[in-house]
Amino acid sequence: MSTAAAHAEHDHAHGHAHHDEGFIKKYLWSTDHKIIAMQYLFTGIFMAFIGGFTVYAFRMQLAFPGMSVPGYGRVTATDYNALVTTHGSVMIFWVAMPVLIAALGNYLIPLMIGCDDMVFPRLNRLSYQLFLLSSIVLIASFYVPGGAFGGAWTSYPPLSAKAEYSLTGLGSSMWLFAVALEFAAFLLGGINFITTVMNSRAPGMKMFDVPIVVWMIIIASILFMASVGPLIAGAVMLLFDQQLGTGFFDPAKGGDPVLWQHLFWFFGHPEVYVVLLPAMGIVAEIITVFSRKKLFAYKTVLYTAIGTGVLSFFVWAHHQFIAGIDPRMANVFSVTTLLISIPVAEMVFVYIGTLYGGSIRLTTPMLWALAFIAEFLLGGVTGIFLGASGADIYFHDTYFVIAHFHYTFFPIAFIGSFAAITYWFPKMFGKMMNETWGKVHFWGTIIPFNAIFIPLFLLGARGDHRRIYDYRHFPDLMKAGMQDLRVFATLALLVLLAFQVVFLVNLFYSIFRGEKASANPWNANTLEWQAPSPPPHGNFPQGLPNVYRGPYEYSHPDRQDDYWPQTEPDAAKS
Amino acid sequence: MIRPIATTREMTGMPTGRLAVWWLIASEIVIFGGVLGSYLMHRIGHKEWAAASAHTNTWAGAFNTLVLLTSSLSAVLAHNAALRKDGKRAAKLLWFTILGGGIFLVVKSIEWTGEIKAGYTITANNFWSFYYTAAGLHGLHVIAGMIVMMFVAADAAKGKELQRVENAGLYWHFVDLVWIFLFPLLYIAK
Amino acid sequence: MSDTAHAPASTDAAHGHDAHAHPDSFYIRIWGILLVMLVISVAGPELAHRVVSNETVAFVIVLFTAFGIAIVKAYMVVKNFMHIGVEKKYVGYLLIAMLVLMGLMIGGVGPDVLRHEGHRWVNQAAKDYKLPGDTGHHGDAHGEAKH
Repeated sequence: MSTAAAHAEHDHAHGHAHHDEGFIKKYLWSTDHKIIAMQYLFTGIFMAFIGGFTVYAFRMQLAFPGMSVPGYGRVTATDYNALVTTHGSVMIFWVAMPVLIAALGNYLIPLMIGCDDMVFPRLNRLSYQLFLLSSIVLIASFYVPGGAFGGAWTSYPPLSAKAEYSLTGLGSSMWLFAVALEFAAFLLGGINFITTVMNSRAPGMKMFDVPIVVWMIIIASILFMASVGPLIAGAVMLLFDQQLGTGFFDPAKGGDPVLWQHLFWFFGHPEVYVVLLPAMGIVAEIITVFSRKKLFAYKTVLYTAIGTGVLSFFVWAHHQFIAGIDPRMANVFSVTTLLISIPVAEMVFVYIGTLYGGSIRLTTPMLWALAFIAEFLLGGVTGIFLGASGADIYFHDTYFVIAHFHYTFFPIAFIGSFAAITYWFPKMFGKMMNETWGKVHFWGTIIPFNAIFIPLFLLGARGDHRRIYDYRHFPDLMKAGMQDLRVFATLALLVLLAFQVVFLVNLFYSIFRGEKASANPWNANTLEWQAPSPPPHGNFPQGLPNVYRGPYEYSHPDRQDDYWPQTEPDAAKS
Repeated sequence: MIRPIATTREMTGMPTGRLAVWWLIASEIVIFGGVLGSYLMHRIGHKEWAAASAHTNTWAGAFNTLVLLTSSLSAVLAHNAALRKDGKRAAKLLWFTILGGGIFLVVKSIEWTGEIKAGYTITANNFWSFYYTAAGLHGLHVIAGMIVMMFVAADAAKGKELQRVENAGLYWHFVDLVWIFLFPLLYIAK
Repeated sequence: MSDTAHAPASTDAAHGHDAHAHPDSFYIRIWGILLVMLVISVAGPELAHRVVSNETVAFVIVLFTAFGIAIVKAYMVVKNFMHIGVEKKYVGYLLIAMLVLMGLMIGGVGPDVLRHEGHRWVNQAAKDYKLPGDTGHHGDAHGEAKH
């Protein structure tokens, strides 16, 4: 049983025949939270290939219009729509959500709160199976007549509601169905996370002894649960509009398309914080361990995160400033949008406060964590321009929005995930990752990332519209060097994609050939490092732990060791 | 199935099953809130919908309210029986609740058949679209609640997992609550 | 795992708040009150439509008998059948928070969807829209016949 988690990944990745009779029961039908986490993680990585391939195809079209893209062929206008839609929805719903919340939540929550599994293991398995089904439905939609849905990930009606407009009748409905299934999966998972943390913490673990990353995942689950309902209702209504011909969002039938935009963004904006908060939590764990210092202001981070979550319900209409919403409402939403930058900035300051005076170790996970803070900061600052309704009227639907969005989501979904994977890799697989290749991958990702999106800021500020398939038809957008910037961004993208190979090689090489990891290679305090690497089924073979203190007691003056595990009784003080 | 120790812990002092049902109900409130909120805004915005809603059958709606209220009663009585460890009686009362759900669905289908025959289909106009969507979504929850209660009742009859009687009951009360609001929104307000 | 035992017989439903359980007769009484309120909520609007000629008065009667009573009914179910009063406090707060959230949603969406014109804007499509069901042949004749 102890090798279960260690083998989970290679079976999932390669699916090679395993002579163990219980293969299906052990790896595909398992209720063990660690196996389910691996299933989510590797499904997420697989979906990232789709997200990466689609962006490659449509960026090549933009940089070199009309060319036959190697590996794809000529990108037609319909293809282009499908590619951008697929890129957006896959990266958010099938990469960021499963990796950051489902995989890490499943892996870390039982280990970090010191119990042997989730409280509802079978519900957990069902959650993954629904998610897998949603991925299959989404992938299947690429192959139906008309192709994949091409109405953008926001799926605004009437474009998305009528097959005459979107040209993808079946594809639209399958996309919607896949998204709805995925929501159901995460609702089940979220309720499981919340009840587990509320009820099953280790004896002695009080509210403020819970690691920040667990708190963040819980707050994110609550935000998701509270915001997704109206969109589920809206998805049913849109599905009926598509398939039955109702007119919920059709003005000709007395409906209102703006209603969909509201329902979508009522979910869509809290969703940003649903994925941001877990990434913030990951960073909190990593910077405390690698600066050997107590987290500066634990409770402030916690209350700030809750405040961010509450405030995130009051900002959604800033996506709709030019949708014809009431201008007085636009003023209100401008103010709330600018307000929400305060708690996020506060968290960034707290992290910088944690770094101050620490003995910083620049390991690969630490580099990712620091990069997260720096890059996300840029994303947040450029959001101020878009949150102010006056400026947004100019910037709306330009590449400025794209660049801003990616400066927030790339740090969240990728920098955050890489930080988490490199940090918890020894625990997950019992092996160390190669540091040198880790750093090569780090710089090979961060530099091209900035090289992609800084040109897009410049393009956007010059009015470059985001929904154009072939810029040769728009002389105003082909002026002085604009196409050069597009080509530059696309080449940077190719470099970024190429460097991901380094990560994959490092990942799989380390899983099989990596140096063996001890139980606590980073000298960290939290409970998961008290379990063996990788933890066996049941997690703590020496008995479930008791907790005596908070998770961030690093460099305590009374102790020789610079760390003080949560499980160590006070009597053992040296 | 071997149950993890996690499931047996009770840090909050509330059994995990019941805690999860409360969170489930919370998530359902926003789902129904989305439909009913959208309906409400359209309804107030379109005075002319009153003419369409005049064609709904108040008596069928009222009878169904009666059925659901009664089934809620039997659900809470089942909970009471489970508290006394009387699994047999709890199971019997749960089956009575399931019967209530069944009657509700039968009345609903007769009612819908009549309306569809009269030309009031889901595409007739937006009032009817909302009518069928909201009541249909609610109907799915009725079916789900019935299925859950069948499993719970089968266990309870053998005296097993009696704490689930309350959890299934809570969910059923929530389904009842949604109908308590659907009834005036769709049927009474003309 | 050695310490992963089969669930101990912790199936006792007796946890915390169940000490406050009532006899069956209590729940039957609550059910009786709910039925009386159901009758009022049907009769009130019917009377308002048939007897009261003043539109505003009729509207107020419908509002109170249909929706006011629905809220009271819901409160009685939540309090007496779901035992929210003896449940942990945060459960009540959670449910109220969800309702407040829906209020927020309606508050934010309402200015655009609920009204068809406002400060320097008009939703012409919505204003021009006529219910197809009103003018069609299957108007009042069929529908009213069923009542």
